[in-house]
Amino acid sequence: MTTERRQRIVRGALSLVAVAALYEAVARSGAFPAVLLPTLPVVARTLVASCADGTMPMHAFYTLERVLIGGALAVAVGLPLGILMGRYRAVEGFFLPLASALMPIPSLAWVPVFILWFGLGNTVAILIVFYAALFPMLLNTWSGVRSVNPLWLRAAGAMGADETALFWKVMIPASSPFIITGLRQAFLRAWIAVVGAEMLAASDWGLGWVIFDAKEFLNADVMLASLAVIGAIGFAFERLAFGSLERATVLRWGMVRSAKG
Amino acid sequence: MADALSASAAPATDIGERWRAIARTACPFVVVGGAWEIVAHLGLFPPRLFPTLEDVAATFVHLTVTGILPHHVLDTLIRLTVGFALAGVAGVALGIAMGRSRLVEDLALPLVSIGAPIPGIAYAPLFLLWFGLGSVSAVLLVAFVSAFPIVFNTWTGVKAVKEIWVRSAQAMGADQRRLFAKVILPGALPYILTGLRLGLAQAWRILVGVEMLAAVPWGLGWLIFGAREFLATDVMLAGIVVIAILGLALEKLVFARLERFTVVRWGMMT
Repeated sequence: MTTERRQRIVRGALSLVAVAALYEAVARSGAFPAVLLPTLPVVARTLVASCADGTMPMHAFYTLERVLIGGALAVAVGLPLGILMGRYRAVEGFFLPLASALMPIPSLAWVPVFILWFGLGNTVAILIVFYAALFPMLLNTWSGVRSVNPLWLRAAGAMGADETALFWKVMIPASSPFIITGLRQAFLRAWIAVVGAEMLAASDWGLGWVIFDAKEFLNADVMLASLAVIGAIGFAFERLAFGSLERATVLRWGMVRSAKG
Repeated sequence: MADALSASAAPATDIGERWRAIARTACPFVVVGGAWEIVAHLGLFPPRLFPTLEDVAATFVHLTVTGILPHHVLDTLIRLTVGFALAGVAGVALGIAMGRSRLVEDLALPLVSIGAPIPGIAYAPLFLLWFGLGSVSAVLLVAFVSAFPIVFNTWTGVKAVKEIWVRSAQAMGADQRRLFAKVILPGALPYILTGLRLGLAQAWRILVGVEMLAAVPWGLGWLIFGAREFLATDVMLAGIVVIAILGLALEKLVFARLERFTVVRWGMMT
């Protein structure tokens, strides 16, 4: 490890410790009520206790379930539709204006409408996730398919590839960097949307609901603990799931270079 | 994504071609609108929950004429502007400092990286607890959340300024101030604009959500969420239409124009 790198890590750790210490000092000074600004040990204890009695894992499980179902629906619709839009002018001409009109509407704006239509509960959260994740998936797939180098298609065609082979061996791999970007953005959007939807369409379980419910009881420690869990899960998905997906596909195929260049 | 609309409106050579392009764009809306009308008129669902488009349009006109809708729009836009301005100033300043100074970068990067992956709306209850219900929380949350993409992009942009530009400017005798104003800032501007753009989109999404939670008296988010109590689906849909138009206008009018006048004109982006 070079000295420069070590210096960076030391400074980074120092700044985290300094901020934590500052927070701790303010929290302990009693300038603000302890319920609003709990000390870090209290937050840690809440986090450990809620993990130990199984409530926090349960909330995380419900939230993940909603994200995964909604996300899977978005992929199931967005991916084929995006490919069709990239391939056929007529499909593109029909769906692109619709997508452009719906995209600027924040997914949370649909929450009240969906609550009226489907009642409070799981359906609303899943549909909001679906709506949030659909557009990044759709538009990235669409641009990916359109960006396939026509030379590759013609070369494969000249070498006797039929439509199926062309599709699986050229189009899908060539547009995969865009598709993976789409998946990534879709997950980020979905993660935001699910937390918001859980807050608004209360449903007893879910990380968003915990945070919002804790407000009623002034449980800032519960809020901060849930925030930590939300951040950790989001970070884990982004780094581990999509990072390894990217390494296993487009990086290995040499389609994009690693960011550390 | 930016060419999503322009792709469908192909370059119109003559009047007939232009009309055909408009018709092509309008066609999907007519189809979807027609399907909606048929379902609404068939009475499969209660009309309160599934209003006809005429009802939505009538509500829209009524709310606009009585001044209720403009008041909601105005309050939302004020919150957006104040929050986004705070985020822009703080975010660009921090991003530049991080890009220019190693010390600031090492100190701030871990903090920013920890805060960024948490969805902005998750902070909402915490802000409400700390700053109370109402506009202050909403504005601060919008500022806080939209600052992240601005910081990241500004930082990347400043780091991406070519070393050779800096050195040649220094060789030609530019002092620190001129180096900053004439080389680093213009060099990083495409990234900064991207950051501002992402930040504004983020701010818009969060604002609608937080207005629902923060019990503000006026605001589009509150308009549609409050309408739930009265089963006023027509009010909600009218509100959503306004949200869509504003979102599109922010993107198309504000940023496309800003970009044309700066980086595109300087030949840095096409």
